[in-house]
Amino acid sequence: MSKLLNQKKTISPPFWRNRKIIPIILQVVFAIIILALGYLLINNALSGLKQIGIQLGFDFLANTAGFSISEAMIDYQPTDTYGKALVIGMLNTLRVAFFGIILTTILGLIVGLSRMSKNWLLSKLAGAYIEIFRNTPLLVQIFIWFYAVFLPMPKIQEALQMGPMLFSNRGTAIPWYEKNQGILLWGILFLVSFVIAFFVYRLMLKKQIESGKKNFPSLWALGVIVVVAIVSYVVTGNAPVSFHTPTVAGNGFDGGFVLSPGFSAILLGLVIYTSTFIAEIIRAGVNGVNKGQSEAAKALGLKNSTALRLVIFPQAIRIIIPPLTSQYLNLTKNSSLAVAVGYQEIVSIGNTVMNQAGRPIEAIAIMIAVYLTFSLITSLLMNYFNKKAQLVER
Amino acid sequence: MKKISFVFMSCVLVVLLTLTGCSNEDTGGKESGDSSNGSSGSSILSKVIDNKKLVAGVNDELPGFGYIDESGKNVGFDVDFARVLAAGAIGDAEAVEFRPLSAQERFTAVQTGEVDVLIRNTTWTTNRDSEVGLNFAPTTFYDGQGIMVRADSGVESLEDLKGMRIGVDTGTTTELNLADQMRALGIEHDAVVFDGQDAVVAAYESGSIDAWTTDKSGLVARQAVMENPDDHKILEENLSKEPLGPSVKGGDDKWFDAVNWMVFATIQAEEYGITSKNVDEFLESENPEIRRLLGTEGNLGEQLGLPKDFAYQIIKQVGNYGEIFEKNLGAETIFKLDRGLNALHTDGGILYSPPFR
Amino acid sequence: MNNEPQINATSDSSVVGPPKNTVGVGGWLKTNLFSGWANIILTIVSATIISYVVFHTGKFIFLADWTVIESNFRLLMVGQFPLEETWRVWAAVFLISALLGSSWGLWRGVMRHVTLVIAGLMVFSLILPFIQTNTRLILVGNIICIFLFYIIGRKVTKLKIPVLLLWILFIPLVISLFNGFGILPKVNSNIWGGFLLTLLIASVAIVCSFPLGVLLALGRRSKLPVVKWFCIIYIELIRGIPLITILFVFQLMLPLFLGNSIEVSNVLRVMVGFTLFSAAYLAENIRGGLQSIPRGQFEAAHALGLNSTYTMGFIVLPQAIKAVIPACVGQFISIFKDTSLVAIVGLTELLGMGQKVIANPAFLGKNMEVFLFIAFIYFIFCSLMSYVSRRLENTLGAGER
Repeated sequence: MSKLLNQKKTISPPFWRNRKIIPIILQVVFAIIILALGYLLINNALSGLKQIGIQLGFDFLANTAGFSISEAMIDYQPTDTYGKALVIGMLNTLRVAFFGIILTTILGLIVGLSRMSKNWLLSKLAGAYIEIFRNTPLLVQIFIWFYAVFLPMPKIQEALQMGPMLFSNRGTAIPWYEKNQGILLWGILFLVSFVIAFFVYRLMLKKQIESGKKNFPSLWALGVIVVVAIVSYVVTGNAPVSFHTPTVAGNGFDGGFVLSPGFSAILLGLVIYTSTFIAEIIRAGVNGVNKGQSEAAKALGLKNSTALRLVIFPQAIRIIIPPLTSQYLNLTKNSSLAVAVGYQEIVSIGNTVMNQAGRPIEAIAIMIAVYLTFSLITSLLMNYFNKKAQLVER
Repeated sequence: MKKISFVFMSCVLVVLLTLTGCSNEDTGGKESGDSSNGSSGSSILSKVIDNKKLVAGVNDELPGFGYIDESGKNVGFDVDFARVLAAGAIGDAEAVEFRPLSAQERFTAVQTGEVDVLIRNTTWTTNRDSEVGLNFAPTTFYDGQGIMVRADSGVESLEDLKGMRIGVDTGTTTELNLADQMRALGIEHDAVVFDGQDAVVAAYESGSIDAWTTDKSGLVARQAVMENPDDHKILEENLSKEPLGPSVKGGDDKWFDAVNWMVFATIQAEEYGITSKNVDEFLESENPEIRRLLGTEGNLGEQLGLPKDFAYQIIKQVGNYGEIFEKNLGAETIFKLDRGLNALHTDGGILYSPPFR
Repeated sequence: MNNEPQINATSDSSVVGPPKNTVGVGGWLKTNLFSGWANIILTIVSATIISYVVFHTGKFIFLADWTVIESNFRLLMVGQFPLEETWRVWAAVFLISALLGSSWGLWRGVMRHVTLVIAGLMVFSLILPFIQTNTRLILVGNIICIFLFYIIGRKVTKLKIPVLLLWILFIPLVISLFNGFGILPKVNSNIWGGFLLTLLIASVAIVCSFPLGVLLALGRRSKLPVVKWFCIIYIELIRGIPLITILFVFQLMLPLFLGNSIEVSNVLRVMVGFTLFSAAYLAENIRGGLQSIPRGQFEAAHALGLNSTYTMGFIVLPQAIKAVIPACVGQFISIFKDTSLVAIVGLTELLGMGQKVIANPAFLGKNMEVFLFIAFIYFIFCSLMSYVSRRLENTLGAGER
């Protein structure tokens, strides 16, 4: 018996059963299949394009675009190139993502905290809000905002006024700032004041901890900023910016910042839809903090709000950050649905380019590349943040 | 545990079955497509004839030209020309698979072979013929781009549009023409783009935009179905020439020729006075030109790779050009369009078919 | 001894005074709605919002003209599916009723609620005024069918395996039924539409993406670098781009990449696109489950002499999948919601059909009614799914404790 076993050991198995070789063979086969498939597909596409006389290449980006863009953040004329049009599309994506992320975070926080509120009615209201808006497709919501809310708004002459905001079917006008003279000086002074305020805060906090007496460090810091602001006002003679409330003038708005119906619809849709997810993330994060922590905070005599701010939230944030980032990324990706309501972000402009220039492959490749870049940057930031948060813990 | 792995294994099974189930419908077409490849090259024409199915890219939101009626049927002028092609090539005007396309995806759909023919009020331009790689069959509708404004807006000419918001469907020539014309005239305006004409019209009717632009036929068609058609008017000026017609993928001469002559057949039939009602009488005609057209003499159809009686089938099942026009856009319809440029060359229009010989 | 710290702590009255009355209606109201001035303000604000929203929604629902839904109900449900072939759809509905009924009888639990909700929907459509009489009869037949099979399911417990098999084969069966099994004339996929198409796309994507997701998750943890890197690149690539670009690729590009020889219908293309898309997300969910399996499980399996394939297949994977079922259902819900995106690439599923209905000049300005109806349908089905997911979370979690 033992002889047999020994014999088995010395005889090396045939190569197709060799533990070292099998994986290599498997991988080679796998790679060959994938490459062959890729080659086949690309070859098909190339020969198809050749048949209709189109060549691949990005040189068309330098050609004149010829179409107009209604909301461009940088100056754009139809005589500009396809390349510039695509850059504007990308900026428009970033614009809706930027405002969307800020607003959805605020709204999500409010809804999430309301959901956890001890007030039964408020908690149920937040719950209903979450259920309704997360269980209907975003695209349907955007359509409702666009076709059933923003387009049927009153005509511009009869614009609806709510506070300083004006609503009409041409868009929503909100108060916006205008730069005054001396804004540079203001900026510099403010920066300086923030630095000083920061150090004052640190100093006062240290004193408070050492002495045990209440020193109100944040009030001190605020005081510094206010003093500097008064000084700058005296020096420059006016405020850094002045707010302009919009008014109706003829067939348009005068002053203020005008959000087109398309932009409003996509922004509102994204903010409301994403906020339901953020609310749930925040709830999960707060619930994820060990119950002993809040009990301990209570035992220490901290008020409910203080406990939430100083004890629960700093711990919850570690649970919250990763899913929150992926929601931000989702919001950015979902902004591509703007194509359905005519807000010209990267997918919409890419589509137009695809059609006007007859370059489907290149246009889609550009869209994909833009989004991958966004995703990559976001996940790099997230990893960095994650690492920082984790280090603090240990 | 066992249950879950059982479910998992069965899921794999389902995937396979579903895929075969889904592709079932296509394998039939695929096989016959392959067999035809040997006999007559890989022309779309042979694919259409073998599959007994024409895939036509059409509009489904432009009343009069292509839209879906309440019974769920595709109807309209462009849709009827898709039926013309099906009747001619397959002998069955109903053998069309309609693929609704947006203005943005239409060319890609032709380029990639997703549709056999594009009949979606598409303007024939140099760039589309060359860069985009299409071939345009004879124009079926000569149009010009116009602008619609509200009657009480006081706008009489393009100059009055200064500073106004003008809506346009993205991905169209109208989008480019508007920018061109207004630039040439130096009129500053606000071009607002939308995805799809429905969205443009919805915005216009709500008053979100002051004017909107597309081909005049489209404006007329849309005006006719608006709530109060009299509240709107179409400016006299033409922004551009808009010859609209079917287009096919470049590099497939057989198919291109076949489409060309099927369209010409409708025009030629009107010139001879052959209609869907009296076409059977014309089968006995002594006129050699008519006999060649209807396939009772010669083999013009076979030369094109079509059935011998393709023109007869077209006229019998769909009608001649005049009939198609009157049925969808003419005086009997809500649109009441004039033939204008779209009359036969003998009636002061520019429709003209080369001889069937 | 207890008193000292508490005096410092807060002015919480429950410590000093007698305990509050928390029983009865008054007590409940007091603790949950009016337990302090801040709470009272919150209650008033919420009540105002709720009454405002409820009042206006109610006003709209009762005053709106719902004829647009009435006359286009068929289009919204099955699209351009030919009238004389509708029996195939009904056959599928009957099959699903029978399956639901018998599963309710066999398994109870979650299935009971799901079946009752579906039956409730049928009853609801029964009382809609515009439903035709024969449709009503068929619906009544379906409801009877559900309860009949419920009784059968309760009595005959041996049916478990056949019912499970039928569930699994359900989608292929329905699709082959529409294709006519090669005997009947085929109902082409380009005229499938409305809610029918929504359900088909969603269920094919859900069923097909699951095994693919498992494979990708295993591949990502594989020790073979080529496989591992392929899976990582695939997953991250798909997760990095919006679904709409993937649909563009499959809808517009695929015919070009496949060449002239292979023709794939656009419905199938969308299904493939959805499957590949959600597989990447599911793979990440499942990977999370795999990571949560303690090392001891692997070691114990090895100690028992199982090789790595068996360890994975019989020990690790079942536990991992069980752990992530709720997360996967969440993913399924988002697939279901995302099917609305195919309206952008020109398919007439529920939302696409809704857009076509609105474009009909006869129903100008009925946007709100149509979109609300669509939203309502999605809401019912998504809520049902998320309810199931929560129930599963509870029942599956219960075994852990």
